[in-house]
Amino acid sequence: MENIPASSPVSLPSSKAHFLIEPPRGWAALELRELWLYRELLFFLAWRDIKLRYKQTALGAAWAILQPLLTMVIFSVIFGQLAKLPSDGIPYPIFTYTALLPWQLFAFALTNSSNSLINSQNLISKVYFPRLIIPLASTLAGVMDFAISFIVLLGLMAYYHIAPTVAILYLPLFLLLALLSALAVGVWLSALSVEYRDVRYIVPFLTQFWMYATPIAYASSLIPENWRLFYGLNPMTGVVEGFRWALLGMQTSGGFMILVSAAVVLVMFISGLYYFRRMENNFADVI
Amino acid sequence: MSDIAIRADDLSKQYRIGAHVAGRTLRETLVSALRAPLRWFEPKSKPGENTFWALDSVSFDIKHGEAVGIIGRNGAGKSTLLKIISRITKPTRGLAEIYGRVGSLLEVGTGFHSELSGRENIYLNGAILGMKRREIERKFDEIVDFAEIEKFLDTPAKYYSSGMYMRLAFAVAAHLEPEILVVDEVLAVGDTEFQKKCLGKMGDVTRQGRTVLFVSHNMGAIENFCRNVIVLDKGKVVNSGETADMINYYSGNIIKDSISKSALEDRVENRSGDGRIRFTDFCMKDSNNTPIGVARSGMDLILEFGFKAAENLTLQNVDIGISISTYAGQIITVHYQSYKGDLFKDISGSGSFQFHLKKFPFTQGRYLIGARILISGREADWPVDGIGYIDVETGDFFGTGSAGWNGPATLNLDGTWQLEK
Repeated sequence: MENIPASSPVSLPSSKAHFLIEPPRGWAALELRELWLYRELLFFLAWRDIKLRYKQTALGAAWAILQPLLTMVIFSVIFGQLAKLPSDGIPYPIFTYTALLPWQLFAFALTNSSNSLINSQNLISKVYFPRLIIPLASTLAGVMDFAISFIVLLGLMAYYHIAPTVAILYLPLFLLLALLSALAVGVWLSALSVEYRDVRYIVPFLTQFWMYATPIAYASSLIPENWRLFYGLNPMTGVVEGFRWALLGMQTSGGFMILVSAAVVLVMFISGLYYFRRMENNFADVI
Repeated sequence: MSDIAIRADDLSKQYRIGAHVAGRTLRETLVSALRAPLRWFEPKSKPGENTFWALDSVSFDIKHGEAVGIIGRNGAGKSTLLKIISRITKPTRGLAEIYGRVGSLLEVGTGFHSELSGRENIYLNGAILGMKRREIERKFDEIVDFAEIEKFLDTPAKYYSSGMYMRLAFAVAAHLEPEILVVDEVLAVGDTEFQKKCLGKMGDVTRQGRTVLFVSHNMGAIENFCRNVIVLDKGKVVNSGETADMINYYSGNIIKDSISKSALEDRVENRSGDGRIRFTDFCMKDSNNTPIGVARSGMDLILEFGFKAAENLTLQNVDIGISISTYAGQIITVHYQSYKGDLFKDISGSGSFQFHLKKFPFTQGRYLIGARILISGREADWPVDGIGYIDVETGDFFGTGSAGWNGPATLNLDGTWQLEK
């Protein structure tokens, strides 16, 4: 660098970048194009979260396997053996593990994204980038855990001689729905958390309550027929049912519930995005 | 394409102050939400609340390729202005037009994580500052070279010395190549050797014809890099023009005003500390304890600081420090009582602290005196803008009648030359 002659006029790439900085005015557009421009940052932040997740732990990434596996064992003993909850003819361990997979992804992504803005105060007050990147990245960070624990599922399926059907091709859709559900709630809660730190305390209750409202330990056939529609308002119901259908070939109470779930998620997600964009203007001042 | 890089028009930013800066409590919000459900979505700002304008109708044009400095006291609105230009926060009123990609450096090492290795931090930090991955890859070696950390590239940053940490952080930042660079006081990091390197890099950047907006308290750096300067005070642009003129204006008007406007005893503006003891006045005396108006180089000088302790308090462990700065505000020296050992005990009522100086070494000119009192390490009084100015005349420092060098030096040294064979 020292050898650049002082007078050398460096030809700057004259970008056509031009923008206006104005006071916030009501509901703003989502600016998804800008989000796309920052996709590399999204990737780096998610990558950071993944890197840091099991740093300085003795077992490292084995935790990604142990968490759902241990939960599965506990559930199998308590709900499967002791309470003898019906699992619709599927061996209870794999019945619950199939549900735990998307659930743990969802719970992690929800918790992580809800607290993400608070945990990134420093970034928010010192650097500009579309703030949505933050909850997005922390949602994505959970996918690695999911991938690892998915391998265990394949092992379990082999053990119980359950062969996947063509329906497995639908799995990515349900995975996407789980992520979107987490993000939909995460976007709302993270935007709220900037002003109300209460969010930090609400999230653990929310996930706990939500878990019981989702057919993880029990089969959704336990729910009375005329409550099903209401039950389907919980998007994770659709996700879990979808997982069981795609992987284990279980009969579900119909694709209708999943459509209801997806609709609920979309409404929440899009309204969350707009709310987030609206509150974004104040983040740096309030956080 | 117009040659304007940044145009600010009536830019203003209002902040709320007081207990509720962080917004209302959830309970309050819920209560009002029940009363008026839709209002809940509105941004909260009630008129008449305790507010102040951190930035007040600021307008200016900066051309492409111009390096502009922004100076002003603490709280003058410098950082707020940079935050708006960097799009971190929105203005309350007015607008700014930016032509070109902006890279801002409001802090070095934003987003650094101590668990990550040097290599990982370079990528992460680069991405956060707005570099593309390919750009980082291309400059990677240069960055590592600049930071001098080759050997520790794969060591987690938590094992770095603070010097290495800062070097790496600055190295990444220094390789940002936006068309418009916005820099807050970030050059004062690392050891002197590295500081020089940083300043050199900044110099390169300005010479390369980039547009630079630069905030610093280091008038030397401002003088070096910026042709033009904007002076901010209380959120307003009070003056702008060529650097040397503006630095003089700043020292001669803004700082001086705040010092001479009111007696030290009554001054409240820009004054911190818990007030268990306060400075009341300041004067210079000669060795016979006679007050003098002008000091001379080489004399035995007493700087006297009157104080008053809060009523009914007897204070222990009282530490007093003095700073002497150039007219432009660059600190030359600092001296605390604690450097030499014993702190003052049993201080109550009023009185004065005297700082005795043998053979006053400063050369002719005007200097700014600052002082601060700590009690058991906690700040009791600190007039942030300084205590007052002293004028120094050339004196017989060398004891030979020689006035010494007639160039712009600040200090005379009491040394002797000897011939060694």
